[in-house]
Amino acid sequence: MRKLIGILLIGGFAFYLITVGMGLFSAESRSELDSVGSEILATSPDLSGAANTVTAVVVQYRGFDTLGEVTVLFASALGVSMLAMAIRDGLLQDLFDDDGGFVLQAGSLALLPFIVLVGIYIVLHGHLSPGGGFPGGVIIATAVFVVILTSKTLSIPRGLINVLETLAGLGFLAIGFVGLYSPAQSFLANILPKGEFGSLLSAGFIPVIYAIVAIKVASELINIISKLTAAGSASREAAE
Amino acid sequence: MTVPQILYVSAFLLILIGLYSLLTQRNMIRMIIGLNIADLGVNLFLVTIGFVDNGSAPIFRAQAAAAGPMVDPVPQALVLTSIVIGFGVTALALTLVMRLFVTHGSIDTARIRGLKW
Repeated sequence: MRKLIGILLIGGFAFYLITVGMGLFSAESRSELDSVGSEILATSPDLSGAANTVTAVVVQYRGFDTLGEVTVLFASALGVSMLAMAIRDGLLQDLFDDDGGFVLQAGSLALLPFIVLVGIYIVLHGHLSPGGGFPGGVIIATAVFVVILTSKTLSIPRGLINVLETLAGLGFLAIGFVGLYSPAQSFLANILPKGEFGSLLSAGFIPVIYAIVAIKVASELINIISKLTAAGSASREAAE
Repeated sequence: MTVPQILYVSAFLLILIGLYSLLTQRNMIRMIIGLNIADLGVNLFLVTIGFVDNGSAPIFRAQAAAAGPMVDPVPQALVLTSIVIGFGVTALALTLVMRLFVTHGSIDTARIRGLKW
């Protein structure tokens, strides 16, 4: 019965998608852009100084949206923290009784600096190549995640991570207000010098914003992961 | 079929598969996986909207100035946002499922009183 209802509903939705998307299927594929994208591609090198136009859109043209995006991620991390704090059950106790062994532990610790290095590289080249603050921050958090997975006794400096997260959020806002009170008089205005196009030190404030976003994303992810694993192993902590 | 048409069909199929598993699965972890599959379909659809024939990634290079058309950067930036929001939603949903397992002892929607349909 469930399956039948599911198939009927999905069939109806598929019919809706086909009717709406008919124009997409029949249209000839385009050879050039005719939307706002072409305008952005034409003005982006002079306006933002970033070689990667996607980064220019994310940070320069839609910087306020990126602030909102970081806020949504913060709200999600906050929700995870609040919900996980109430779990004192030791759901993942079996996982934590098995600590992975010496080879995995030593290997994860040896990998940690290299993973962090790759993350930092991706963050700093966000305005030149695919990447940036969000994927770079996730990669940096992955380094800690690998250690958490293998090691039984890793104490994460929660206080330091919370301070970093707060400072990154405030830094984003501070850069926005610096733009507001500069001669450009707009929130998140790119007032720093643009530098040489295509070099590492270019694109004004875009690398700065992306570094801040990376710190925020990495600290939030480490927070989420450590809270969830702590909820899973709560009874172990209580026993100690 | 052209490349965008294949991608549109795949995106719609992914959305439909995700929604179907959301409707029919009773295990909540599988429902979240279905949500993620639908999310992927939406992202693929958005990126495909910006497709241009023989388009390259919207990254300027110093030497090759006129190397042909570039794809639309705006949908790609939107998808970047969408991926991050999708991650936040998934993390929150998984935490809720953990909480539900602690309070009700099951993640099967049919076994949890008050969630049956």
